[in-house]
Amino acid sequence: MANMKTRPSIGKGIASLIAAAVTVTLMLSPVVSAHAAQAYKVGAVFSVTGRASFLGDPEKKTALLLQEEINKKGGINGHPLKLIIYDDKGDSTQCVIAVRKLINRDKVCAIIGPSLSGLSLSVIPVVQKSKIPNVSCAASYKIVTKNPKTGEQWKWVFKTPQSDSMAVEAIYTHMKKHGISRIAITSVNTGYGASGRSELLRLAPRYGMTIVADEKYGPKDTDMTAQLTKIKGMSPQAIVNWSIGPTQVVVVRNWKELGMTNIKMYQSHGFGSRKNIKLAAGAAEGIYCPLGACNIAEILPANHPQKQVTMAYVKAYTEKYNEPVSSFGGHAWDALSLVVKALKAVGPDKAKIRDYLENIRGFVGQHGVFNFSPKDHNGLSKEAFRMVVVKKGDWALAD
Amino acid sequence: MEHMTLASQLLQYIITGVTIGSIYAMVAIGFNIIYNVTEAINFAQGEFVMLGGLVMVFFRVTLKLPVLFSLPLTISVVMAVGILLDRIAIRPIRKPTVLSMVIATIGASFFIRGAAMFIWGKNPFDLPPFSGRNPITFLGAAIQPQSLWVLGFLVAVVIVLTIFFDRTIMGKALRACAVNPSASSLVGINVKYMILISFALSAAIGAIGGIVITPISLMEYDRGAMLAVKGFSACAVGGIGNFPGAVLGGILIGLIESLGAGLISSGYKDVFALLALLLILFVKPSGLLGSAEVSKIRKF
Repeated sequence: MANMKTRPSIGKGIASLIAAAVTVTLMLSPVVSAHAAQAYKVGAVFSVTGRASFLGDPEKKTALLLQEEINKKGGINGHPLKLIIYDDKGDSTQCVIAVRKLINRDKVCAIIGPSLSGLSLSVIPVVQKSKIPNVSCAASYKIVTKNPKTGEQWKWVFKTPQSDSMAVEAIYTHMKKHGISRIAITSVNTGYGASGRSELLRLAPRYGMTIVADEKYGPKDTDMTAQLTKIKGMSPQAIVNWSIGPTQVVVVRNWKELGMTNIKMYQSHGFGSRKNIKLAAGAAEGIYCPLGACNIAEILPANHPQKQVTMAYVKAYTEKYNEPVSSFGGHAWDALSLVVKALKAVGPDKAKIRDYLENIRGFVGQHGVFNFSPKDHNGLSKEAFRMVVVKKGDWALAD
Repeated sequence: MEHMTLASQLLQYIITGVTIGSIYAMVAIGFNIIYNVTEAINFAQGEFVMLGGLVMVFFRVTLKLPVLFSLPLTISVVMAVGILLDRIAIRPIRKPTVLSMVIATIGASFFIRGAAMFIWGKNPFDLPPFSGRNPITFLGAAIQPQSLWVLGFLVAVVIVLTIFFDRTIMGKALRACAVNPSASSLVGINVKYMILISFALSAAIGAIGGIVITPISLMEYDRGAMLAVKGFSACAVGGIGNFPGAVLGGILIGLIESLGAGLISSGYKDVFALLALLLILFVKPSGLLGSAEVSKIRKF
């Protein structure tokens, strides 16, 4: 009985302590913010750790880099930019919780991210209901498309990465130019691989491609020799591999070990990191892949519209973090820069930001020149990809 | 364009299957050693493999030590981790039951994975193969030299373990603990020490698995879980606690995966392996080489 009596009083004590702490913070906070103009709060959700950390890590780093640059230059119309970044760990539940937190507790005016398509799809209902602009850093066209038949877009959702279909079109266009029509597909059985595979199958007839083999493997598989051996038996003219992570390197090594270099290999835009060339240990020579401008800033011709903006980003990022840029950081750059551009023009009003985003034209970003419209919340075309080939351990523009 | 005959394709599938299967077998052997002494499954076994690969990368690539030095160094480091695992996670359990030990190893596996992520980051790492990357062509199939190393190490592990368990006092003491821990302690065997030895030993075998597979498949911090699942399947197929069974089970699962992927459908290759596992467990619940009598008296 004695225990039961003391417990509520301890609880009360803690509660009153918390209440006191909250009151003090509430009293202090107006004093702090009175000094400077109210900060513009932008939320971000990235998969910084976990299975998709290779996406979220550079995205977070890029967003922080941009925040620093903007605030150093005096902020947005005098208002400092305040980024609130959460890590969803690649988990859709945590992602939705983070988005809710950003909306309800942090009261941000726009959200960038998440990093993964599946997660981005899971937050659509939340952002639609809360009427908050969301610029996703994930690739699937489904993120912005409410109705695939009519092409109707989700009102509050935008995205910066190129769609898989654009990568597929860039690859098929290159193949057609070089007389390739018999191809094999290998893909990883995750959302990324499945999405790319379905686009490859969907667009094949339009470009006159015959798919002779359609092989899959798991994201943690150690060896793809069996799949490639089967493909070797079919002797296609080219292989398209659609995966991210270590498997896309292992597949390249197996391809070389099996002596299949006479069959050209194309990779998805997920191959866009020099780390992959290095990990392939010489086996990546001659691999083709479609890449956004920021991956190949150095080799872009000087008159390319994105030359300046990509070179500046690459320089700032490599100087600050001492690691090469990847495509994914570029997506976060585009997403945050678009939001900042809107904030500069219309201030922190959610509806006005959305309307402004929808009408941005000719915005030169890391991955292309964005032309948004009510019918296109991605704003890019297949020209946002350049075909490159691995030559002497580095990217070179493919002809 | 050259065409690959069905025979050489089959050979290629078999080579691939045996290589991957050898790794599963090494994981399965590691499971068995600890299971035989404690009757618990060590869910951190896959983490030993991951550590083996990444620690080897540190010695071989970062410090540029020759294989001859980095190999024993790596094995000792991972063995130390195994010993620590027993000391910190297993021994302090006040009333050790199979379930509490299993839960402790699951927790340890998360910890090791997290620590590896902090040390090495999230990117995969490469290791130079022991003897070149030029594949050997044999009857139209390409064999990576590293595959031969994988097989060779499996054979060496099996031979050394057989001698250890059959010919040495310590090996015999370990086996005695497996049969009856209370009786063993009555005849003067220090059971806690034997548990420690079993963790060190299975960590060493896991490390060898990681060292030999990394040049083929790269290694990153979260690869261990998948290998543990496959290794456990191999264990179950061969009969838990049975060493020849572990080798047989591992290679069988590797072969089914590879042949299933090549001949039927690569999308369902894990399904074939699990179907085989289910079938075997339906027909012979104690595993291919496991004995029904032994599994009856076991707690798990």
